[in-house]
Amino acid sequence: MVAAKWNQFLDSGFYHDFSRDKTAIISFFILCVYVVFCFSAPLIAPFDPYDPTGIDIMDSEIPPVWLEGGDSRFLLGTDAQGRDLLSTILYGTRISMTIGICAVLLQAFLGISIGLIAGYRGGRIDNFLMRIADIQLSFSTLMVAIIFLAVFQALFGTELYERLAILMLILVIGVAEWPQYARTVRASVLAEKKKEYVDAVRVIGLRAPRIMFRHILPNTLSPILVISTVQVANAIVSEAALSFLGLGMPVTKPSLGSLINSGFEFIFSGSWWITIIPGIVLVILVLVMNLLGDFLRDVLNPKLYKN
Amino acid sequence: MLAFFVRRLVQAALVMLIISVIAFSIQDNLGDPLREMVGQSVSEAERQALREEMGLNDPFLIQYWRFLKKAVQGDLGTSYFFKRPAVDVILDKLPATLELVFGASLIIILFSVPIGVFAAIYPKHWFSKLAMGVSIVGISIPVFLTAILSIYIFSVELNWLPSFGRGETVEIFGGWTTGFLTRDGLVHLILPCIALSSIMLPLFIRLIRAEMLEVLESEYVKFAWAKGLSPNRVWFLHALKNTLLPVITVGGVQIGTLIAYTILTETVFQWPGMGFLFLEAVNRVDTPLIIAYLIVVGLIFVITNTVVDLIYGLVNPMVKLARPQGGDD
Amino acid sequence: MSLLEVKNLEVRFAMRKEELVALRDVSFKVEKGERLGIVGESGAGKSVAAFSILNLISKPGYISAGEIIFEGQDLTKLSPQQMSQIRGNRISMVFQDPMMTLNPVLTIGTQMTEALHAHQDISKEDAKQRAIETLAQVHIPSAATRFDQYPHELSGGMRQRVVIAIALITKPPLIIADEPTTALDVTIQAEIMDLMMELCRTSEVGLILITHDLGVISQMTQRAIVMYAGRIVEEGDTKDIINDAYHPYTHGLMDALPQKTTPGQRLNQIKGVMPALSSIPDGCAFNPRCPLVADICRTTIPDYSNIGSTRVACHKAAPRGS
Repeated sequence: MVAAKWNQFLDSGFYHDFSRDKTAIISFFILCVYVVFCFSAPLIAPFDPYDPTGIDIMDSEIPPVWLEGGDSRFLLGTDAQGRDLLSTILYGTRISMTIGICAVLLQAFLGISIGLIAGYRGGRIDNFLMRIADIQLSFSTLMVAIIFLAVFQALFGTELYERLAILMLILVIGVAEWPQYARTVRASVLAEKKKEYVDAVRVIGLRAPRIMFRHILPNTLSPILVISTVQVANAIVSEAALSFLGLGMPVTKPSLGSLINSGFEFIFSGSWWITIIPGIVLVILVLVMNLLGDFLRDVLNPKLYKN
Repeated sequence: MLAFFVRRLVQAALVMLIISVIAFSIQDNLGDPLREMVGQSVSEAERQALREEMGLNDPFLIQYWRFLKKAVQGDLGTSYFFKRPAVDVILDKLPATLELVFGASLIIILFSVPIGVFAAIYPKHWFSKLAMGVSIVGISIPVFLTAILSIYIFSVELNWLPSFGRGETVEIFGGWTTGFLTRDGLVHLILPCIALSSIMLPLFIRLIRAEMLEVLESEYVKFAWAKGLSPNRVWFLHALKNTLLPVITVGGVQIGTLIAYTILTETVFQWPGMGFLFLEAVNRVDTPLIIAYLIVVGLIFVITNTVVDLIYGLVNPMVKLARPQGGDD
Repeated sequence: MSLLEVKNLEVRFAMRKEELVALRDVSFKVEKGERLGIVGESGAGKSVAAFSILNLISKPGYISAGEIIFEGQDLTKLSPQQMSQIRGNRISMVFQDPMMTLNPVLTIGTQMTEALHAHQDISKEDAKQRAIETLAQVHIPSAATRFDQYPHELSGGMRQRVVIAIALITKPPLIIADEPTTALDVTIQAEIMDLMMELCRTSEVGLILITHDLGVISQMTQRAIVMYAGRIVEEGDTKDIINDAYHPYTHGLMDALPQKTTPGQRLNQIKGVMPALSSIPDGCAFNPRCPLVADICRTTIPDYSNIGSTRVACHKAAPRGS
């Protein structure tokens, strides 16, 4: 059964396109490496960056091993507090990816539900929901997130904020971007609704939620897949930007953004690696996701099949 | 035309009203006007009397109404830190931010249109492929990282360009300070403007290319070719005008994001603008300043969106400026 | 000398995996002032044939062989600049859907006069005068007001009249109309066809009319071509094609007309569908659907043979009913 499905997948046009696209293969491979390394961070990281007893301030700002003054214990050097940069990056990437993925799951949940309702119900409900989506979109996510988090921090103080940071980031990024999904899903629903099978199942007497989730939703999956890839990349960038402004993850539990922030002032004194290495890690992660998103859009977009 | 304007004005007023409610709720929860007026020595009873006298115990709506009346007159309270009217503090920083946005927009418009159009007309040309490759890398580098990298390369390593501040500025009419008129000011503008435009530029190049590719496949462009028109007329009149319609709409949506990016850019370059000021205000819990920023940014946002809509209406003959549009899309 | 002579035209589409032949061995002539109809199912290559005359086939398609002699010169050998002096000047086109053909952001006037300015040294005022005259010629009421309007302010039928006016404005000797009425309401279809007929007659314009409607062909044209799967299967005087066709495919098309069936009876469809370009069978492309199919049809592509005014490509060519 599984083997049959697998063979079917290998035969599909999707696999054919994928196997011919070098960029897509390399991007997918790099993404897999990221996922494996980050989620096994506690196993493979040489140090535990969250354990204050393991950190010696005397080890601070040691350059990577290939530079003069490097220390073989710290492959990528250490940051200003003496933490091993490699371990901190592994843990930080894990936090960045977790926030990105969870935020997008939240976006997808909200957006898909609202998009399905708007598209399926139509009429005034549709108009109302899409108007809200327009307004929400016109306020930039980052702007809303910055203001919301800034006010939250001012209201409840930094201490409580730092404890809730992960949750708040997921919530803010998740809530702010739902219109992307809602619009796409609504458009697909409108297209699907015209097709005969939806009428057919309605005639059989199936209830609306069942029709939407069992019959319409599966047909909207490919556009959802396309935006999800890009949205995770966007969410990771948003999180990094917020953390960089000091509105995201605290330095004690850094994401890639807060790592870049904490190292920024040291580039003037020559300790560029504290900022630049996490920066490169972030850029490569976002880049491969954008490249995969581009590839998926080209392959799954039926518009291009016209010729 | 007038009706369109009025309708747009009502919409703008509505958005401002929502922003003012949010701003007021923040003030209600965050700000304690007594803190700045009286010291710790005043007794609780006296405080209560003062509160009553100032109307702080009035119902929410009455207080909000008072806030709104003052806000319309430009009174948004006094900054705790600067001990000056918050609006004045913000407006002092406005030129710095607007010049940054102006410089970045200039870069975006001047480069995105020709590159995007070229990449659509000659999709197989090496330059198009290069531009598309660079632009996907460009949108993958967060604004603050571009800013940091450019400082590291051009300021720290090469020492070509300054890394922070506005440099030398001169005052022109009405207290507006500009960096565009001095050599030093211009040199200081280069890196921040590039950093601020670093995500939008590739975004717009990709958008313009995609829209233009679609338009070039359209029947009316084919018909234009069938009329025997010159390639320049087909590309730059028939195709480009239709390409720009959706681009203008997206441009309007992106203004909010651009303002958000100014906060990032100003932080990295310590650019003395509103965004930098706002983050400082957040760290100091300077409520009146936070509120003033919200309102001023909201106002900029609403004004630019109205202008963008107006431009769209002028370019697109299908939008009747005279009467409301029936439905959208 | 004929106005237009297409000789052994072959058009290919360069796809990712293979080259598809969209037109093979297509030859026909149009005399001065003659009206020629090209008929066939969608995908038969009629539009490709029409667009290839002006070298306007969309991207992966290209002319791989053959000549297109127009007024004595081979259009396939012209430079892009020379070609654009033919387009819209000596040969004009009318497209299928008037809702899509006119540029939504330019006025009717701009879209009309630019065709004149592209080909003639004419002043702005004169061009405007000519445009308004031409609008009147296609029976558009209050032509002067229309000049400054945008396409979305006009109905579909009016827009197609504007498109025809644009085609006419340079007084070309040949107009190619690609299903000019398919996108319009039935009542308006007849009006547009009448208009085109009137214009062709009064101004001696040659016409290539592409349609899938045999009724339109019989009304409008003097000669007709029947295409199937990228090839001409039968060509001749319209009255002969309508009355005395020899190809079984033409017979099938005729039998499918509603007039040929008694009310209440099912229409006579041709069984099966036309093959896609990538899966054209060996031998005669029509053989899987042909009622007269024989062994030779499955192996050998039939040559053309002349019977009276008609030229037909069929091993089993015979008058209908025999």
